[in-house]
Amino acid sequence: MASLVSNVSTLVESGLRGPALTRRRALALQLGAVAAFLALWSVLAGLVVLLKLFNPIFLPGPWLVVGALVELAAKGQLGVHLVATLERVAIGFGTGAALGVTLGLAAGQLAPVRGLVEPVVELLRPIPPLAMLPLFIVWVGIGEPSKIGFITYATFFPIFLTTVTGVRQIDPVLLRAARSLGARGLPLFTRVILPAALPDILTGLRLGVALAFFVIVISEFIGAEHGLGFLINDGRNFFLVPQMLGAAVVLGLLGYAGNALVRLLERRLMRWQHPA
Amino acid sequence: MTAAEPKIQIQGVTKTFATGRAPALAEVDLDVAERELVCILGPSGCGKSTLLNIVAGFLAPTTGTVRVDGRVVTGPAPERGVVFQEYALFPWLTVTGNVEFGPRLQARPADERRRTVDRYLDLVGLRAHADKFPAQLSGGMKQRVAIARALANNPAVILMDEPFGALDAQTREVLQDELSKIQRVEHKTILFVTHSIREAVYLADRVVVMTSVPGRIRQIFPIKLPEIRDRFAPEFTQYEADITRMVKEEVAKVHE
Amino acid sequence: MRTAATLLGALLAWAAFTAVNARVELVNPVLLPTPVQVGQVALDLGASGELARHVLTSLWRVVQGFGLAAVAALALGVLVGLCVPLRHMTEPVIEFVRPIPPLAFLPMFLVWFGLGEASKVAFIGYTTFFPMFVAIAASVLRVDVVLLRAAASLGASRADLVRRVMLPAALPGIVVALRVGVGLALFVIVGAEFMGADAGLGHLIMEGRTFFNPPQIVMGALVLGLLGSLVNVLLLAAERRLLGQRAAA
Repeated sequence: MASLVSNVSTLVESGLRGPALTRRRALALQLGAVAAFLALWSVLAGLVVLLKLFNPIFLPGPWLVVGALVELAAKGQLGVHLVATLERVAIGFGTGAALGVTLGLAAGQLAPVRGLVEPVVELLRPIPPLAMLPLFIVWVGIGEPSKIGFITYATFFPIFLTTVTGVRQIDPVLLRAARSLGARGLPLFTRVILPAALPDILTGLRLGVALAFFVIVISEFIGAEHGLGFLINDGRNFFLVPQMLGAAVVLGLLGYAGNALVRLLERRLMRWQHPA
Repeated sequence: MTAAEPKIQIQGVTKTFATGRAPALAEVDLDVAERELVCILGPSGCGKSTLLNIVAGFLAPTTGTVRVDGRVVTGPAPERGVVFQEYALFPWLTVTGNVEFGPRLQARPADERRRTVDRYLDLVGLRAHADKFPAQLSGGMKQRVAIARALANNPAVILMDEPFGALDAQTREVLQDELSKIQRVEHKTILFVTHSIREAVYLADRVVVMTSVPGRIRQIFPIKLPEIRDRFAPEFTQYEADITRMVKEEVAKVHE
Repeated sequence: MRTAATLLGALLAWAAFTAVNARVELVNPVLLPTPVQVGQVALDLGASGELARHVLTSLWRVVQGFGLAAVAALALGVLVGLCVPLRHMTEPVIEFVRPIPPLAFLPMFLVWFGLGEASKVAFIGYTTFFPMFVAIAASVLRVDVVLLRAAASLGASRADLVRRVMLPAALPGIVVALRVGVGLALFVIVGAEFMGADAGLGHLIMEGRTFFNPPQIVMGALVLGLLGSLVNVLLLAAERRLLGQRAAA
């Protein structure tokens, strides 16, 4: 292996990426990196205890985090909180997506709808959705509806905007071709416009899922009794740091799964983009 | 070094990219004399660009050595200027900035740099565009800047990798004329890779025809034509025909 | 100036809607502040200097957090280009940490750093570091090898390649990464100021909820939106200034 920092020969031969690795080598390096990360974490946590650097509560080792999760799972609590979070995300995202896609399609196609909706969207778009959370709470109270409503609000925008773009930026050549083949009205919409806009819509859905998980946490910090976000914030009161970290990791896994699901949907619906 | 020593000496060069794969280049031996323009001609994938990259120092040969002015090549160096098919101009620098890049690295004083830039921009006819950015230039103009940039660094040899390959037919011939004119002024040692037989006959003192994978030299054609060449002269077309016949045989082998 | 017209239209629609609502009471009018009410709160807080104080507090936190993260992301992003083993080591770890919503770590930062400024700054730094680092590393790694070759055959040393080729070539991508980072910081600062803060726009908005003052909430949100747009416009202009000439005419 050459020196640690690439020299001129390496740079001109294979650029800054370095030489391509075989799959086995790449996989080994990836696993090695994760293992090294966990090892480093464990060593640091151990050092804190040994050298009495600070209260070990602040940096629990990975085994403590796993332990906390296992304990919660055994008591059945992990499931309860996980389901609570998932429910809110699913319903909120589902509603936001439904609204975003339908309104987006309508606004993309029909100028009057666009004229009505666009001013409101332009006004609200620059405002980070998080800023609206207190307003939802004031309007609807602390319970489930405000959380779900908030998720709906947050996910609506990216989905609506990408759908409108998807419809409006269809290659006009495609439309002309379709029209000259006799397509009009509803069939033109369902057979040409919708499929052509699909990639953008699906991108919007992926952004929406990510955003949903992004914002659910904060809404579960405030006035919740269940949920992964609640677990994290509640842990603060008793310095249950392993619980806080564990719940965060689970949240990450959920977000990853959600993203993977949308990507799966993408592959299914847009098989023409991935032949073979 | 005595004048009789070849400027570039390629000895026993082979290149295999990954163990177990077929070699890209097999046993190439070639000498290029000073002030000679040698064209390397061959079908796609015959390894001619690989050979040029090895001479330039971007790749290391698996076996064999390349010597320039008697010194072994171990990596890229300003003595071997390169002109690339993709121009490789630095988009954040103006034409002037690009051409003076080499002199700048050598910390040449500003007035000397200005004179160098002016001289070579005049040579390629782009003095009026000195302050433009590459994005504002056409393909032909970009390549002329690239040639000026390589020349401005006063290299011992110039290596050109299908430099006119990305240009349309007209611009291509104009640039061939330009290069021929520049060579009559500068008398550089040039190693030029191309897949155009016409281009090779127009520019070269010798045409080296390479075979397909693994690449090796099939035959070398000395071109005995005047300095300023007529593309329609019978002698020209004769060379074209001879070389075309040979290259066709090689292409047929690739597709077997 | 289509946006201006659209916003004006939205403003009028809002005024009209709330005026109608005051009569017809579709929704409790207290919950639906009119533009005038919101404007009033803005003026009051503006006059007393409170608004400025909160806005500057939030901005200062963003600047500090973003600044730290930007320096780190730049340094590490460039290093990743130069040290191939480093790239292979950091990539999997980033993929591991990236899916976790940054806000999930907010309570951790409050535990680690207490309720003061440090926790907010550290949180902003953490949130903006990863996306910026990933984007900067990507644009460094994307530098075309042919540019490196061209410079080397003009006599460039390794230091020259970094300073005179890699950095200028990656600059457009780096600038975009930084702009996105600022946007993300403004996005997230509000949430960070909901809890354990006694100053800042997020705190102002949350206060509106605590003391049942909907106009204050709406005002805070609008000010935040305005701030974000302003910063974005300024950054885009700076970006164009810096990079405009290289792009295709």
